[in-house]
Amino acid sequence: MAADPLFELLLRMGDNTLILAQRLSQWCGHGPTLEEDIALANIALDLTGHTQLWLGLAGEVEGAGRDADGLAFHRDVWDFRNTLLVEQPNGDFGQTIMRQYLFDAWHVLQLEALRESSNPQVAEIAEKAIKEVSYHQERSSETVIGLGDGTEESHARMQAALDLLLPYVGEFFANDAVDEIMKEAGIAPLPDSLRSAFDEQITPVMQAATLTVPDTDFAHSGGKSGRQHSEHLGHILPQMQWLQRAYPDASW
Amino acid sequence: MQAGSTITLGDRSLSLEQIWQRLDEVPDPEIPAISLVDLGIIRDVRWEDGTLEVTVSPTYSGCPATSMIKLEIIKALTELGIPRIDLKRQLSPPWTTDWISERGRKRLEDYGIAPPQPAGGPQHCPHCRAEELERISQFGSTPCKAQWRCKTCLEPFDYFKCI
Repeated sequence: MAADPLFELLLRMGDNTLILAQRLSQWCGHGPTLEEDIALANIALDLTGHTQLWLGLAGEVEGAGRDADGLAFHRDVWDFRNTLLVEQPNGDFGQTIMRQYLFDAWHVLQLEALRESSNPQVAEIAEKAIKEVSYHQERSSETVIGLGDGTEESHARMQAALDLLLPYVGEFFANDAVDEIMKEAGIAPLPDSLRSAFDEQITPVMQAATLTVPDTDFAHSGGKSGRQHSEHLGHILPQMQWLQRAYPDASW
Repeated sequence: MQAGSTITLGDRSLSLEQIWQRLDEVPDPEIPAISLVDLGIIRDVRWEDGTLEVTVSPTYSGCPATSMIKLEIIKALTELGIPRIDLKRQLSPPWTTDWISERGRKRLEDYGIAPPQPAGGPQHCPHCRAEELERISQFGSTPCKAQWRCKTCLEPFDYFKCI
């Protein structure tokens, strides 16, 4: 392992929030109703705020003079450590909401554990972020239920979204060498230790939504290690980075 | 509010109390009805070796008003003649709506924004005070607000979310 494991952990946190925020921002002006449009933009804004905190700290830990903007705008696909789930296309509104709920359910548990981190800076970011993320989960779970247990059309779309996205969930709970070192140092939980709480969170919501959780433990992987992102990240980055690439350090 | 420590600037003296008073005149950039002190985001003001240290807790992580708030604080304190100012960001304990002052809550309501309630929704309509309300959206025009509607006067209104 080349990089400092704490730096890797912070990139994983910050890249997840960054890429999901970028995806959600693509809905701005296109939401099915004004309220939903505003909600998605607000969630994207919260996640962008968390990105500044996580990547800001990552830059400090790295000590190479890169700040949050430097890390967000001047890295390439292979440097990103977000999970594959968050880079998946928005699809229809139901697919976006399903992706959001699956992410929120993990995010709340991860932040709850990080609040107890032995690293005080990690703990205080988690303590700040969890207030906002709990609110995200409240809304995304209610919306999954509303659409799943809605019309025949909305139910079918939500079931299709769940079938498509569930195989991307396993990556959040797969341990690797970075995780083992972070657990040993008391900085972060082992990913697989959160799995049963995750299942307990989503099971009643999927039941209330009349959705069937696919019986598979197949999991796509390669995002959080940076080994192999899906092609989609390669399309997100130029859109997100082009201005800083064309005019380095431009500000307004 | 803290008082006591006074510093001499040229031919006049400036107490911490006067600094708090000045900060209490700085409106929140997005909700100008209340001041930064009412909002509870100014956590501490103190002198350290001739530099005024102001500790600020952000409201929402991604709130775009944060950089404007910093600018407004520096502008107000510079106008008081304070030569060196250091703004410190304090994440922990995280800002909570419990830190909004009583006067701030009253001003929000007079402005048409229902103040935060631990029950998770507004107590009554800020316009007609009726209590039959419905939520339109969990999010609103700024990160700190949600949209509600009064079922009596039918007016929509902003609710300051409780966090």
